[in-house]
Amino acid sequence: MKTLNKLVAIALPALLLAGCELGSKEQEQVGFRGTAMVQISDPDSKAKVGDIPAPPYELTAEMIAGDRASTAYENVPVLGNVSVDEFNYLMQAMTTWIAPDGSNVKDAGCTYCHNPENMASDEKYTKVVARKMLLMTQNINANWKPHFAGQGADQENAGVTCWTCHRGNPVPVNNWSSAVPDPSTITGNKRGGNTPAQTVAYASLNSDPFTDYLAGKETIRVGGKEFPTAASKAAIQSTEKTYGLMMHMSQGLGVNCTFCHNSNNFAKWEDSRPQRVNAWYGIRMVRDTNNNYISALGDVWPANGKGAYGNRRGPHGDPLKVNCATCHQGVNKPLGGYKMLKDYPALKGAAPVAAPAPVVAATPAPAETAAAAEAVKPAA
Amino acid sequence: MAVLSFERKYRVRGGTLIGGDLFDFWVGPFYVGFFGVTTAFFAALGTALIIYGAAIGDTWNPWLINIAPPDISYGLKLAPLKEGGLWQIVTICAVGAFVSWALREVEICRKLGIGYHVPAAFGMAIFAYVTLVVFRPLLMGAWGYGFPYGIFPHLDWVSNTGYQYLHFHYNPAHMLAVSFFFTTTLALGLHGALVLSAVNPAKGETVKSPEYEDTFFRDLIGYSVGTLGIHRVGLLLAMNAGFWSAVCIIISGPFWSRGWPEWWTWWLNLPIWS
Repeated sequence: MKTLNKLVAIALPALLLAGCELGSKEQEQVGFRGTAMVQISDPDSKAKVGDIPAPPYELTAEMIAGDRASTAYENVPVLGNVSVDEFNYLMQAMTTWIAPDGSNVKDAGCTYCHNPENMASDEKYTKVVARKMLLMTQNINANWKPHFAGQGADQENAGVTCWTCHRGNPVPVNNWSSAVPDPSTITGNKRGGNTPAQTVAYASLNSDPFTDYLAGKETIRVGGKEFPTAASKAAIQSTEKTYGLMMHMSQGLGVNCTFCHNSNNFAKWEDSRPQRVNAWYGIRMVRDTNNNYISALGDVWPANGKGAYGNRRGPHGDPLKVNCATCHQGVNKPLGGYKMLKDYPALKGAAPVAAPAPVVAATPAPAETAAAAEAVKPAA
Repeated sequence: MAVLSFERKYRVRGGTLIGGDLFDFWVGPFYVGFFGVTTAFFAALGTALIIYGAAIGDTWNPWLINIAPPDISYGLKLAPLKEGGLWQIVTICAVGAFVSWALREVEICRKLGIGYHVPAAFGMAIFAYVTLVVFRPLLMGAWGYGFPYGIFPHLDWVSNTGYQYLHFHYNPAHMLAVSFFFTTTLALGLHGALVLSAVNPAKGETVKSPEYEDTFFRDLIGYSVGTLGIHRVGLLLAMNAGFWSAVCIIISGPFWSRGWPEWWTWWLNLPIWS
């Protein structure tokens, strides 16, 4: 008995400490002193920015000014307006970003998308997807600047490249697809959550907050502007789903709730940090990306088990889509804020693109709430 | 206030820790002692400083008065008075007053020749407070981690500190602390009700002996912890509540920086099933 007690006395604290992060923490105060608005992270467990691949070679002004790609190549509807040199430069970079030569990706290199006998052919679905992804990248860079370059930040060259998400993988590591519905039986029905899901940072909250908020347009505003009444609409289920999405955002960015909110009043824009405005645009940017680019490809995505390069759809049959972690990967500024776009002007999307203009760009979040606040005022 | 006839019997000299006979006297019903003087000093100074802080602050609204700790950037240094220095002095006063009060309890115990259970129990509350405003800031390396003195401001601090770990209800020590707090109230409720049921009978009924109390619980759950034992249970529960509260906050930050739900992945990753 005594031996057992000793064993427990030694093993228990050891076990508890094993779950700990020892050592000093990185700290950043983000609110007024004493409000506990502080970002705390452990240098050992914090997501690393990682290496950023250098451009294939230097792209000179002379190269950019050369003959247009449309004069040299067939079937280049998206990049026809860039120079031949820049076109080839970008193709080489995209190969490195998505299916790098020498990697264990099947058909790594140019042949991941192209038929080497006929480079113009669209016979490989990956090429059709890549074209759509170029349009998506241009749309993000041209139309979603408020997400990554708000609050007076330098807008020049702020934006994304394929690398921001792909990091050398044909499919970005962080993606999501709709959850398979629970069985209607009593046993095995987890009511959409009640399982330590990575998607919601291992809480028991609803484990698929994405379908409603990052593809659907479900409103996140569950906090009422006044004391709840019988007319209040937000159910506890939508509150929990919102919480789940926020858990994902926090984990995806490697930050805690106080990075955007003062929990004194989550809904109040005046007490929130400006980062919350970026996040507001981010949610809408992700919806635009998922609905108008990824899901819009429809049956271009092969059915699971049918594609040449593995599954591109989730268990429910919808394509693998993006969420906050897809780009951020645990870092609040993807790639540590490195402006990779400066070396790839063709991705900036300044050229006219076929993408639909996002409707929210004209209605910034704080203005919207100001208008809403105006609306609830009683008529004078 | 008059001294009750039997009180003189207990007003004995000696038992002081500091000051010998100097402060060994009573003011009305209150024993003074050296630590009574220091308690009064620290409490008066701390209260005056809080009033001063309110005077130089934004509001006299008692809900919103805020004596906030310094910015994190001051680290463990002293801060200017109006930028958290006041909080630092108030904290010294608070710790001084609380510890003096506990030591005054010790002196009274010594005079009476009784155990130190009361100061030990109060010491647990002091330990929890000191953990919040001294030990955790020391481990994090900045006084700015202490909570602000003010009714709403300290609640905002609690809320934001919880949300630094995404979902604080997953903090294992917080789970224990909350359970102990609720169990303490349950035990006190049962104990109070049981005693009243036996010794405060209706008019015309007789007072029942402790055997009745024991029998009630033996009939109900097959066991009675007994008249002395219930107080041991109560003290154990209450002190655990304070202790685990201190643990739940000391591990948040110094020993864990991510969401508390994620901490439980050690369990999911045990080699038995992962």
